[in-house]
Amino acid sequence: MRPPRPIALLAELTHRCPLSCPYCSNPLELTRAEQELDTDTWARVFSEAADLGVLQLHLSGGEPAARRDLTELVAAARNAGLYTNLITSGIGLTQKRLIELDAAGLDHIQLSLQGTTPELADDIGGYAGGFKRKMEVAAWIGEIGFPLTLNVVLHRRNLHQIPHALEIAQELGARRIEIATVQFHGWALANRDALMPTKAQAQEAIKIVTKARHALKGKLVIDFVPADYHDQLPKRCMGGWGTTGLNIAPDGQVLPCHAAQTIPHLTFDTVRDKPLSEIWFEGAAFNAYRGDHWMNDTCKSCDRKEIDFGGCRCQAMARTGDPNATDPVCAKSAHHNAVKEQAQAHAAMGEDVPLNYRQAPGKADQAAE
Amino acid sequence: MELSDVPTLPRGVRLHHDRVRDAWVLLAPERAITLDPIGQAILEEVDGTRTFGDITTALAEKYNAPAEQIREDSAGFLTALKHRRFLDVAG
Repeated sequence: MRPPRPIALLAELTHRCPLSCPYCSNPLELTRAEQELDTDTWARVFSEAADLGVLQLHLSGGEPAARRDLTELVAAARNAGLYTNLITSGIGLTQKRLIELDAAGLDHIQLSLQGTTPELADDIGGYAGGFKRKMEVAAWIGEIGFPLTLNVVLHRRNLHQIPHALEIAQELGARRIEIATVQFHGWALANRDALMPTKAQAQEAIKIVTKARHALKGKLVIDFVPADYHDQLPKRCMGGWGTTGLNIAPDGQVLPCHAAQTIPHLTFDTVRDKPLSEIWFEGAAFNAYRGDHWMNDTCKSCDRKEIDFGGCRCQAMARTGDPNATDPVCAKSAHHNAVKEQAQAHAAMGEDVPLNYRQAPGKADQAAE
Repeated sequence: MELSDVPTLPRGVRLHHDRVRDAWVLLAPERAITLDPIGQAILEEVDGTRTFGDITTALAEKYNAPAEQIREDSAGFLTALKHRRFLDVAG
């Protein structure tokens, strides 16, 4: 059976970023600037994506504003007919650049918040003055009239700030807020002792969000990703592998999800060599976890297999060493109790655990690692 | 939804013809909602100036259907969009 066409493309324009968040979703091995796709190649890819059925384009990174050609890329995306969303920390955006992005047709901005106070936000982002700058950028976004979503990644150090984040979202005139508990892949794996939420925090967050959704109905839309390590059922990762969305890394590799490179047996095609539709329909990485042919008996016989698809492949890889295993968050996984206990141990490490910050991509003149 | 309300699609929300799937969709932040012919017909009338009363009267005439029924269906659809912040309503 032919797979459905994708709706959304996440274009990771660059891995460069002024921030160094300890939970960065970029891979440990970062792409260097000179390996990034150029303007014309991205423009061709946006056009191929639209022909393939993609409706929504998310321009992300790293920090997409680190690309000098960001405005040209937005114009190319709109020209291809894509709904164009910019996912940014705000650092690197000036009022002038925002006005240019507006003229280029940018549809929507998602602004990340590392914390709701300058002290905490700048400590987590590893960038002094970042919060203040971000609030300036938010004001320009409001003046121009871009629709705004605030993105907040939650973990043990800032989970108590949800109510304040909801206040800031309303003050800035945001229509949406995404409150996502940190996913433990890549850089975040090395920070589990510092970032793992406690079970009490996870439960409190659900309570606060449920209440706020009711109170703010029609004013602020809240999208929430709860902490799944304390849960019994795995998440419906990516809405199903290779069914809804795809990622393109800065060097042109096409990925079924942003963490897919953590699965060692997968090989990825690049837009430099093949058309996007061929990669989507026939690429080995995309077909690896479509359907149920790959599933073990626990997942294959489960009545939820078309609901959660056995959960997250990258989480199965990270926690069991087997990417075909049942997601260990699932109560049916043999690893479930061990993972749960380990999560509780990480969560009990207290407030003084130092953060392992993300490092910057290497430079061409440095020896490859 | 009152007859005098003026519904409007805010910036960042737009009707779009999905040429690949040959369907009309409403594009909004992080969402693409496939519209059935009724939803499409309603949203095509939403222009930011006409009232809910005008719009539903026009639809009733166009489709030769009872205005009451059209109003009830349209109000449910538009209110759901309003709750998702995909529609603004001026009183």
